[in-house]
Amino acid sequence: MGIENIYTQILTEHNNSNRNKHHIESPTAVLKGVNPSCGDEIELELREKDGVIEDAAFTGVGCAISQASASIMIDLIKGQTKEEALRLANLFFGMIKGEVSDESQLEDLDEAIALKDISHMPARVKCAVLGWHTLENAIRGEKGSD
Amino acid sequence: MNPYLNDFPILNEKRDGKRLVYLDNAATTQKPLSVIRAVDEYYRSSNANPHRGLYGLSIRATKMYEDSRAAVREFINAEKDCEVLFTRNASESLNLVAYSYGMNFIKEGDEIALPVSEHHSNLLPWQMVARAKGAKLVYLYPDKNGRLTEQELDKIGPKTALVAAAHVSNVLGTVYPVEEIVRRAHKAGAVVVLDCAQSIPHYPVDVRKLGVDFAAFSGHKMLAPMGIGVLYGKEELLNKMPPFLTGGEMIEYVSEQDATFAPLPQKFEAGTQNVGGAVGLAAAIDYINQVGYDTIIKTEEELLAYALDGLAKIPHLTVYGDAKAGEQRCGVISFNVDGVHPHDVSSILDSDGVAIRAGHHCAQPLMKYLGVNATCRASLYFYNTKEDIDVLLEGLKKVRGWLGLGD
Repeated sequence: MGIENIYTQILTEHNNSNRNKHHIESPTAVLKGVNPSCGDEIELELREKDGVIEDAAFTGVGCAISQASASIMIDLIKGQTKEEALRLANLFFGMIKGEVSDESQLEDLDEAIALKDISHMPARVKCAVLGWHTLENAIRGEKGSD
Repeated sequence: MNPYLNDFPILNEKRDGKRLVYLDNAATTQKPLSVIRAVDEYYRSSNANPHRGLYGLSIRATKMYEDSRAAVREFINAEKDCEVLFTRNASESLNLVAYSYGMNFIKEGDEIALPVSEHHSNLLPWQMVARAKGAKLVYLYPDKNGRLTEQELDKIGPKTALVAAAHVSNVLGTVYPVEEIVRRAHKAGAVVVLDCAQSIPHYPVDVRKLGVDFAAFSGHKMLAPMGIGVLYGKEELLNKMPPFLTGGEMIEYVSEQDATFAPLPQKFEAGTQNVGGAVGLAAAIDYINQVGYDTIIKTEEELLAYALDGLAKIPHLTVYGDAKAGEQRCGVISFNVDGVHPHDVSSILDSDGVAIRAGHHCAQPLMKYLGVNATCRASLYFYNTKEDIDVLLEGLKKVRGWLGLGD
């Protein structure tokens, strides 16, 4: 597996862009995600109304893989219901674990498919899923208080 | 060519057609064939539970284990074999001192002084002791070259009960002035716990010359197998400390309600010990003695100067700590590439077969002090070559390109 399958244009563009990296107005959920093995942390902000994620963004520090993965995730979940966001998160985990590899099944992940080969880089899995796990916790946390 | 390279099988194996450029020696070192063979031979011909059996094989295992202890004693110039305790690693050694000495002899209001650069294994045990006993942690901060100034060393004072310090920083490569620290600590009536896990692979450690009260290191960072470590302690201190772990073999007499404990060193070695590891450590000591510290130091100094010189010529790259080679600087180089997270640097270098460490190096308070989340770390050993450094430097020149950042 070549490194060129990971450090693609999609990844570097998302990593170098601050489009999804900022604070949002009146977030309904703010959750920190920490990767203790490297000290990286991101903070995810969501604004949810009637079960739909109206706006989302993140701040924090991390490697290109964690930053791009979070940014791509934000693009995907904005305007989606919480259930759909969770479904996408599970699909993403399935892809990263190498359990789901069928392209047609992965279509819904859109640009996130660029991170598919992380499944061959065990050392970087935690980086790729940091934002997505934070999303899962944020949504489940909200559900827990319902 | 480096004459020692051929002693290390793993360094001569190609992976995906690439030679391994191993520059993560501060994390663990590779093992020479003589160590691998010694462990293999022990399990083939001498394995039995030491100190328990009354038959020939057990006596043989016991002798090999105790001979290894004597080899360590001689290596670090301890006065007696009983001052050398085998543990699993430096972390366990330091925890032993914290639980057994710290929790019993540190009092409320005492100060525990330590450099902020300490590895978590020589920091968290003291946080625990300070919390439990109402003592205060006093941190010594290095200057921009990684050194501890007189002013910082002055924090070791009348209230100091214990000083915990690494001999060499595992992030900055700084060699700390141990004898000066010991002088100040003893003047204050404090004991000194030295973490020499990062120094003993590279420099001779003479515990009596340094005057330290305790010294801890891991075998795996000095060519020996993982799972064997050492705690040196002065006999009079070890004698007044209660056991750390209790159980088999560390006892003298046990009744239903009470027990008395075995004398040193068995008092601190509960359960079946890692004889194979101890035998491997003795073989590693033999190997280091054969190569000689003079050769190790000379080789590493040359490599360090070559690496620092090369790194200085790469644009958008920052080296932390002292940027010059010298006596107070060991071959551990922490650096960052502007705009690129260390993890990405490490993954990109890995594609060229280069193994470096990326992260906080179990020294998060130091990272915070340096104002970074993580760094890249290339750490050298005497089996590295200038060609290894060249592959590292060439790889680093390409890193920013991979992230779409130009040169």
